[in-house]
Amino acid sequence: MPSLGADMDEGTLTEWLVRSGDHVHRGDPVAVVETAKSTIEVECFYTGIVTDLLVEPGTTVPVGTPLALIGSSERARPTRHAPTNDKPSEPAAPEHLREPSSSPLASVPAPVPSAAQLPAHTEAGPLARHLAERSGVDLGGLHGSGPGGRVTRADVEDAAAARPGTAPSRARATPFARRLATELGVDLATVTGTGRDSAIRSSDVRRAVPGPAPAAPAGPVAPSDTRPPEDRTAAMRQAIAGLMSRANRDIPHYYLSTTVDMAAASDWLREHNRRSPVGERLLPAALLLKATALGAREVPDLNGSWTEDHFTAADGVHLGVAVSLRGGGLVAPTLHHADTLPLPQLMTALKDLVSRARTGRLRGSDVSGATITVTNLGDQGVESVFGVIHPPQVALVGFGRVVHRPWAVDGLLGVRPVVTATLSADHRATDGVVGARYLAAVTRLVQNPEHL
Amino acid sequence: MSVARPSRTRKTPAPSKSGRKPTSSKDEASARPPSAHGTAGHRKDLLQAMLRVRRFEERCVELYSAAKIRGFVHLYIGEEAVAVGVNEYLTPDDAVVSTYREHGHALARGIPAEAVMAEMYGRTTGCSGGRGGSMHLFDAARRFYGGNAIVAGGLPLAAGLALADRMRGQERVTCCFFGDGAFAEGEFHETANLAALGQLPVLFICENNLYAMGTALERHEAQTDLAMRSASYGMIAWAVDGMDVEAVEQATRKAVEGIRAGTGPDLLEMRTYRFRAHSMYDPDRYRHKAEVERWKERDPILLLAERMRDNGELDDKELARTERRIGREVDHAVEAAEQGPQEPVDHLLHHVTGSSAGTVGRP
Amino acid sequence: MSSSDVKQPERTTYREAMREALREALRSDDRVFLMGEDVGRYGGCFGVSLGLLEEFGPERVRDTPLSESAFVGAGIGAALAGMRPIVEIMTVNFSLLALDQILNNAATLRHMSGGQLAVPLVIRMTTGAGRQLAAQHSHSLEGWYAHIPGIRVLAPATLQDARHMLPSALADPDPVLIFEHGSLYNVSGELPSTVQTVDADHAAICRPGTDISLITYGGSLPKALAAADELATGGISAEVIDLRTLRPLDHATVTSSVARTHRAVVIDEAWRTGSLAAEVSARIAEDAFYDLDAPVERVCSAEVPIPYARQLEEAALPQTADIVAAVHGAVD
Repeated sequence: MPSLGADMDEGTLTEWLVRSGDHVHRGDPVAVVETAKSTIEVECFYTGIVTDLLVEPGTTVPVGTPLALIGSSERARPTRHAPTNDKPSEPAAPEHLREPSSSPLASVPAPVPSAAQLPAHTEAGPLARHLAERSGVDLGGLHGSGPGGRVTRADVEDAAAARPGTAPSRARATPFARRLATELGVDLATVTGTGRDSAIRSSDVRRAVPGPAPAAPAGPVAPSDTRPPEDRTAAMRQAIAGLMSRANRDIPHYYLSTTVDMAAASDWLREHNRRSPVGERLLPAALLLKATALGAREVPDLNGSWTEDHFTAADGVHLGVAVSLRGGGLVAPTLHHADTLPLPQLMTALKDLVSRARTGRLRGSDVSGATITVTNLGDQGVESVFGVIHPPQVALVGFGRVVHRPWAVDGLLGVRPVVTATLSADHRATDGVVGARYLAAVTRLVQNPEHL
Repeated sequence: MSVARPSRTRKTPAPSKSGRKPTSSKDEASARPPSAHGTAGHRKDLLQAMLRVRRFEERCVELYSAAKIRGFVHLYIGEEAVAVGVNEYLTPDDAVVSTYREHGHALARGIPAEAVMAEMYGRTTGCSGGRGGSMHLFDAARRFYGGNAIVAGGLPLAAGLALADRMRGQERVTCCFFGDGAFAEGEFHETANLAALGQLPVLFICENNLYAMGTALERHEAQTDLAMRSASYGMIAWAVDGMDVEAVEQATRKAVEGIRAGTGPDLLEMRTYRFRAHSMYDPDRYRHKAEVERWKERDPILLLAERMRDNGELDDKELARTERRIGREVDHAVEAAEQGPQEPVDHLLHHVTGSSAGTVGRP
Repeated sequence: MSSSDVKQPERTTYREAMREALREALRSDDRVFLMGEDVGRYGGCFGVSLGLLEEFGPERVRDTPLSESAFVGAGIGAALAGMRPIVEIMTVNFSLLALDQILNNAATLRHMSGGQLAVPLVIRMTTGAGRQLAAQHSHSLEGWYAHIPGIRVLAPATLQDARHMLPSALADPDPVLIFEHGSLYNVSGELPSTVQTVDADHAAICRPGTDISLITYGGSLPKALAAADELATGGISAEVIDLRTLRPLDHATVTSSVARTHRAVVIDEAWRTGSLAAEVSARIAEDAFYDLDAPVERVCSAEVPIPYARQLEEAALPQTADIVAAVHGAVD
């Protein structure tokens, strides 16, 4: 599909002016294309024989899509009509990525997400978020009363008012008065404002200082905030460094990998999502996590901890989910009893967990008790990931990107969506054969999504 | 509708009647092919120059379709005789002010195909460093003051460039290209008046291709005789067969001689036709295919080639060699553009003012 | 009328100071010429160029037809060719007829050409209301022009700036627009002969103060100074800042003033919506937020085409009393 104007992203092929087998010459009109503006004849830049018409009349395709093949002889040969894959704004996306919904949530347990992939589930606008943060209300615990369950300002204010002793009684003060109060150690709640609408002004703060009124500060003083973000990031980096060094030092890792056919899972998801309201649609990640958890139940030797030279199998399957943070760093909060959660609940729990991880609202229970961890670098374009085990656990499962690959099924070659599943396991606890059994279980589970 | 018929454009190739042969002894050799005007060798040069513009732009169509070139791209195909013919009588010292349909003007002026193509690719090796694109080709060293995307927006600039020359007593000409659409803009009339009033050395070249985008001349001008209207401003104005490169050349010679002699501005209405869309692709609802086909019979390249064939001056083998050479030049321009470096995004704010980083333009 | 030969504190007017600046420029650089409607024989619509035609001749003091677009564009072309044109547009209202040339050519040529070209052009024009000239002759559109990257915008409000800003404008390699407020031409005063240059790049603190910053430019400066006088009698010390260069804005001077006074009133004769006052206020909010002890106040023109009738025009424009009232709103 040629680019026919600065504002054209796609076009509809309305008519072929040539047939397969026709000789065409450079400059010949070969097809009619309809754009948002008009109907335009597409000219051909090559001389040769049309070997294949690739797009049916009536089809709308993005700019850059091959419409036909032109060969220099009877033999079909792709020509420069090949798609312009190097075009940065290639609009086509693999089917499975676009499928679930219009939600920007691509694949949840994704380290280093882009802003566009922010979980959209805690439906709350910036004002509600801001108010929630200011008044210490946990958005995750709120039932939104707005359209589509959106958390509204009133919801947050009600929740804040309901919390004992935490009335959001922010004093009305000018920015300078607030700064001055911090510098002079004056509690604004004790100051009476004399400004417009009783706002506290700097003069009010100065009057409230016990003893003689201090002079204006000599220079700007840094606001006495909590640690600046870069400090927090640095601290987290150090913690990760310590943990990962220990893991690498103490744990003799072994690594296995297998490629899993996702065709059945994709079909099932598409069908499920078609029937489901937007809020209940599933992502491929939900299937993969569930399969990981069920696999761990089937192969309990990988689900537990290695402490004091022996392995202890865990009671349930509690899935650690690696989540990268926007400011840098990584946390792996826990999806408790992931093996028992039906898919919709698992999806909800996952979105909630990721959201809270990224807004710094994880609870103590969220970050402890994992028995096996899963990481997914798929939406970073990675095809396989071999991770470092999170001690004292003994296994880490990794998933890459779902890609379309030539794939033989029953002796027939086709193009199928596949994903690479990997296992990093602790050789002290298990041997490769156990790991292989586990990956086989995961493969089977993923391929039978209706049982998940 | 009669104006849309090519036959009428033959009406006034008047300037070529002068009969005087141009001399080629002036110090303008570097700007034009070496052969003497009116000779077989010279016609070969003209044919080659027109072919070069044509083939370059044909490649642009392909590259645009493949989304290698973006933005608005206005092709000159069909109008090559004007740029090539006019350039014959400009010297490197003269200035050119152009429009958004300026690939032909730029190439004829001597801006390398490589630099023009790289500009359309948005590369730093482009003649505007990738900041202009197809509509804004610039070359200060060649006194090429740009494609201007505002219809008639370049005319006042041309008057100013000419004013500076006149004030400093320099015998230079500023050649200003614009289309028939400019006749509906106030800036044309303001500038025509200002230039005639001040006897400024401007050569106004109106490329009358009969359409202001999609609006036919008789639908946008109450009086369609543009040369006559221009003459009413008190300047010499002629209508010229813009499909005949030799007629263009001769008319330009006469006009430029007058301007250099201090008679003030001249206007040449070049009656020409664009074979392709206004901007890359058109709805083509505004003119009939038959009309386009009729004009293609007077394709300036065919016209000259036929004349040369009649004269026994056309050697098909040589023509094929020329085509191959031009093909290689265009190939090379595309390859160079493909490999041209991209301006780093942290140079975004360069060239905004004289104190911006990276800028070299000094008054 | 010229008093260029008089030594020591020179009694002059804004008009004469501007004329002296033009005369000096025409004398010192033969690339400089003046071009515009009635700048020659008539002596300039506001009498600024009176006598220059006689001194420099019609080539360098050029009367033009009423073709703003053409003669501004010609100024751009001449600048491209290495001249130093000074183009006078009679009033800012007529500059709208040349907006295409100013915005699409003068401001963009350097950038579009990848830095190959420069447009060292000076465009002067009268701006502002206050003389009962009604709705089409009373605009204050400096803020529009200050919106455009690639040009510099000056607003001389004092005799010194009228006399000494021009060399800096002519030395600039880019287009410079000079806005002369119509109410200032008759302002008279003494011009110290010791001052030969001004620093046009920075805002000026015309009157230091400690309680509030009055930020303004052009024709509103005298009103802000009068307000400061009045406030002083009530014990309020107002600092008055003349922005002088509207693009690029000298934010540092504004911010550091607000950091000292903790309050600001911005006075701008343009309409409030989308005005330069809005830009200054936003910058204060961005850069001096934690210094603010009161909301930023703005005193601008009412959102109405400027009416002819005197009392209506006065009511539409920022007046000293409005400034005083705004200050009380912020301080009391």
